[in-house]
Amino acid sequence: MNTKKILAAILSVAALLTMTACGAKTEPTATTAAPAAAVTTAPTEAAAEAPAAKKVTGSVCLAGSTSMQKLCEAMMESFEEAYPDITVTAEYTGSGAGLEALAGGKTDIGNSSRSLKDGEKEAGAVENVVAIDGIAVITDKANPVTDLTSEQLADVYTGKITNWKDLGGEDAAIVVIGREAGSGTRGAFEELMKIEDQCVYAQELDSTGGVLAKVAATPGSIGYVSLDVVDGTVAAIALNGVAPTEENIVAGSYKLSRPFVMATKGTIEEQNEAVKTWFQYIASDEGKAVIQGLGLILPQ
Amino acid sequence: MNHRTEGKPGHRHNTAEAVARALLFICAVAAIFAVCAITFYMFAKGLPALGKIGVKDLLFGTIWKPTASEPRFGIAYIILSSLVGTALSVALGVPLGLFTAVFLTEVSGKKTAALVEPAVELLAAIPSVIYGLVGMMVLNPAMYRLEKLIFAGSQTHQFTGGANLLSAVVVLAIMILPTVISVSASSLRAVPDSLRAASLALGASKMQTIFKVTVPAARSGILTGVVLGIGRALGEAMAINMVAGGSVNLPLPFHSVRFLTTQLVSEMGYAEGTHRQVLFTVGLVLYLFILAVNLILLKMRRKGEKGNG
Repeated sequence: MNTKKILAAILSVAALLTMTACGAKTEPTATTAAPAAAVTTAPTEAAAEAPAAKKVTGSVCLAGSTSMQKLCEAMMESFEEAYPDITVTAEYTGSGAGLEALAGGKTDIGNSSRSLKDGEKEAGAVENVVAIDGIAVITDKANPVTDLTSEQLADVYTGKITNWKDLGGEDAAIVVIGREAGSGTRGAFEELMKIEDQCVYAQELDSTGGVLAKVAATPGSIGYVSLDVVDGTVAAIALNGVAPTEENIVAGSYKLSRPFVMATKGTIEEQNEAVKTWFQYIASDEGKAVIQGLGLILPQ
Repeated sequence: MNHRTEGKPGHRHNTAEAVARALLFICAVAAIFAVCAITFYMFAKGLPALGKIGVKDLLFGTIWKPTASEPRFGIAYIILSSLVGTALSVALGVPLGLFTAVFLTEVSGKKTAALVEPAVELLAAIPSVIYGLVGMMVLNPAMYRLEKLIFAGSQTHQFTGGANLLSAVVVLAIMILPTVISVSASSLRAVPDSLRAASLALGASKMQTIFKVTVPAARSGILTGVVLGIGRALGEAMAINMVAGGSVNLPLPFHSVRFLTTQLVSEMGYAEGTHRQVLFTVGLVLYLFILAVNLILLKMRRKGEKGNG
């Protein structure tokens, strides 16, 4: 009983230390892990080969983009299973605020759902693209229109163009389908098209599957979904002549995509062990599975 | 025989009684506690947004842009959609249900009734998601053809692909049918045969008897069915979420609309901050409507009892 109590006390102290480590920027230390009788701080090469075998302790602090919340939470859940001794915390304050926190040394990683600006890079932030979010614009299969300019697409969604004949298609009404307010896909679509809060939706559906099914079943409809769910029941539209494929998105030529950046101050190699382990995990097969499981594209 | 004279079994009997009594009491308290807890929770969660945004802007505002840079939280169209949708579905469903009940109890032979009654019961047992699915795959495309016909060449109408108020009303009307039919049928059956016999003896035809004597005599029961139907229509979420389109608009037949229930269902997932609080207010409004419907029901039942007694 006594030994258990002592162990618990030491563990809770250790937990407290790791929790405060985030703001105070303490280097991960071997002593906090002692009660767990662990082999501490392994060389990174070995950790990459057998991720869960060696114990690395410390904390990783993330702050930034709200769009990356799902990615962060899924990654944290999976990561903490593999590395229970590393505490990961995340705040979702917006890309700009995250990068500011990074510059101010208040966080280990600044999350950004856009490429870094030159000023941010000059401040020492290094852009680590962990995933790419791609959105496909879809129509029903019978629709002869296969290509739109971004201007045309914006006009369709803001209600300026209401008939397919104005887009080189048949004389048929456009049924504008989108997602509900608060949806990440809707946020990204409107932001990338620069039509925030201006969209006039005929239907607002609350799931990706719903949009897919409705577009497939409704002649003359147009909708947007995550790229990975596009299947044979709908036709994906090329934007400015660029087809929504993974290759085009990775190459950066398809407009409706954005990088998910986990920026660090200095390169990953300059970070502490816990942060290095975090990035190694993201690059591992498990991490890739998490990214793909969320419908995101892996950067090359 | 001996047992009776011994004290113990009787004592045990008493203990069992007491335990059973306590158990029943606990069950009753659990139900009351649940109602009170839900009521308290809805008010506690729903009122803050009302104070924050203001009763006028929230309940009577018509612009719903919760995630805009300057967010607007007007739910007037949403409330209106729920009220109009429910009213129309009751207007459509009640006559249909009442006449079915009249047919079942007064007109049809036993064989036909034996066929129709289980069908009605099955209608009540179908999960609402099935109604939604059929509505989405069959009703919406049909409605879209009608929409194209009516609004052919219109420059101002926004085409919704058949997902509109009318589709929701049709689905709701079908969904309240079983309630209206079963409650009306049982109250029609409760009308004493002496009334019918007297009417027929006075020379009234069968239809005259039904509509001038039997139906008025069963009036309070039928009204109960109507109110129950209103409650069901007002509270339905799943089915109409799939067929109504889901954009916040003035509830006109061919507009894509959002109801109080579907508002909660579709936006609760990712809503944050004030947006989330307003959704609780939407829930509170819905809860108050349901409360009102139930109070009316309670009053009607009391009146019915008085009338009978």
